[in-house]
Amino acid sequence: MSATTNASSEVPSASAVWLKRLLGCGIGAVLIVLLFAALDWTGTDYAYLAAYTVVQFILLATAWNILGGYAGYVNFGTAAFFAIGCYTTVFCYKAFQLPLLATLPISAVLAGLVGLGTGYLTLRLRGVFFSICTLAMAVVLQTLVTNWNYVGGSRGAYILRPESVPLFGSYSRFLFAIMLAMAIGSVLLARHIERTWLGRGLAAIRDEELAAESSGVPALRLKLIATSLSGALMGLAGTPFPYFITYVDPTTAFSLNIAVNTIAMPLIGGTATWLGPVVGALLLGIIQQWVTVTISSSLNLMIVGVLLVLFVAVAPNGMVGFVQGLRRRKA
Amino acid sequence: MDITWDLFVNALLSGLLLGGFYAATAVGITIAFGMLDIANIAHPAFMMLGAFLAYYFNTWLGVDPLIVTLVVMPFAFLLGRCVYKLYYQAFERRSDESLQGLAFFFGVLFIVEVGLLLVFGVDYRFVTAPYIGPSIGMGPISVPMRMVVPLLVGVGLVISVQVFLSRTFMGRAILAVAQDREALRLVGVDPIWIKEIAFGIALATAVAAGALLIIIQPVEPSVGRDFIGRVFAICVLGGMTSLGGTVLASAIVGVAESFTSTFAGPSWAPAVSFGLLIITLAIRPSGIFGR
Repeated sequence: MSATTNASSEVPSASAVWLKRLLGCGIGAVLIVLLFAALDWTGTDYAYLAAYTVVQFILLATAWNILGGYAGYVNFGTAAFFAIGCYTTVFCYKAFQLPLLATLPISAVLAGLVGLGTGYLTLRLRGVFFSICTLAMAVVLQTLVTNWNYVGGSRGAYILRPESVPLFGSYSRFLFAIMLAMAIGSVLLARHIERTWLGRGLAAIRDEELAAESSGVPALRLKLIATSLSGALMGLAGTPFPYFITYVDPTTAFSLNIAVNTIAMPLIGGTATWLGPVVGALLLGIIQQWVTVTISSSLNLMIVGVLLVLFVAVAPNGMVGFVQGLRRRKA
Repeated sequence: MDITWDLFVNALLSGLLLGGFYAATAVGITIAFGMLDIANIAHPAFMMLGAFLAYYFNTWLGVDPLIVTLVVMPFAFLLGRCVYKLYYQAFERRSDESLQGLAFFFGVLFIVEVGLLLVFGVDYRFVTAPYIGPSIGMGPISVPMRMVVPLLVGVGLVISVQVFLSRTFMGRAILAVAQDREALRLVGVDPIWIKEIAFGIALATAVAAGALLIIIQPVEPSVGRDFIGRVFAICVLGGMTSLGGTVLASAIVGVAESFTSTFAGPSWAPAVSFGLLIITLAIRPSGIFGR
């Protein structure tokens, strides 16, 4: 983090930039190896499943933030995109016995297209209408899936997962590795967006859309790109999910809990930078894993709701913004 | 399936009855979202609160759910004023209402829903009252009383709100807030105070609509989610600010849903209002009555 903030303030030589990147990659690789070692050390599959859930939320929160945080458009329909991923898996599994890795690109494209379509219909209106429409879309899609018998309808569908995967060992370990790779990819993508024309354009839209548009920012096009990217990443997050729980029904796939968590995490962490959703997802994800095990699972939804309301009311810039504010005051 | 005349008339009639009830659910959103520009997506959650309060006092003391509602409405009014005050202090004052405000109401929706879940559990709950059960029949057409009562109460509620808005000083001030906040300040009325009152009224109607809902059907805490899209669809379709438009839009949505469940199956009904909403926004965002 600190290495990259320095890079943007002054202009270092090209070789220095590459050195820093290499160093970053090295540290990242060591951390990943340590993470796997720690999870192996616990000796249970459960550790991987818990870690999978947390990392899945990093991916979802980062995906949401590309549209919500950078452009200021609230997407309540995370569950819809997530479910598109889930049901692409179910369909591909039933129809072609397609393995997970081959399903991923299909889900991404489908979810991205749905994002594009929804955006095209509603992004020309005020932001509120987009938000309400994303909620609406989730219900329409849920109705469609509930009535679509091929993928199980309201009864749901079972997925048989392979016992083990070469190189990875247990299937849970494999799922976790895939999810981790996608989450890291999404964070890198978000960081890249933040620093390029796309991120700057979106930030201009967030601050004052009319002014941005009149000074030449192609608002609709940027918003559509952001919606499609965000949707595609959410679709990716849902794709391994049927393998993860081995049984999906519409209620689970379209669960509003996914939507509320995905919104709460970036808002609690901070929406302005790529770091916010990661911090929020790690914090909320770990708290929830802990509460689910020790107390009850409906209580942890209450915690998410209360934290969300508290943070948006009291610390609208999230934890990252709060810490930055403290630092600035000190300096 | 044969589309017989009886089936058609029955579907139309139950759609209109349903529409009367939907009008009651959407009045509050027309005030909050249409007039005050507050996207209160927690509105249906407060409906569920009303429904469960009606359930609680009905099973505990045997009071008629409608009487419970009359008693609860003033409290809901106060609660609404508090919620608006909080919303104003935290968001509207900083003009942060778009992103943060929406997230705020989403959080409130969740807190109310999970709260009800923790207290009442996931079972379907219902109320008992003399008019739940019997129906009035005329030949092949039969109308259940548990649909007629919500229609009458719903329409009564809309008419009283309309009379209040057009006849009283406070009501006209609310309409004025919807048009021009600053002008209201110029004539010496505090728009924030007016909005607070209006939001309280909106919440009171939500609680009443909840009691009507539990008269119509058994209820569990997450049933409210089906109403999020429905109330906003009605509000947008009706042109946002006109109660007359809201009533007509409610009737349209009610009839459309009723026909869908009769001729395509009840499992398709939830998509109807959302479909209507998306189509309206895509083709004519100003609604039927919009300018």
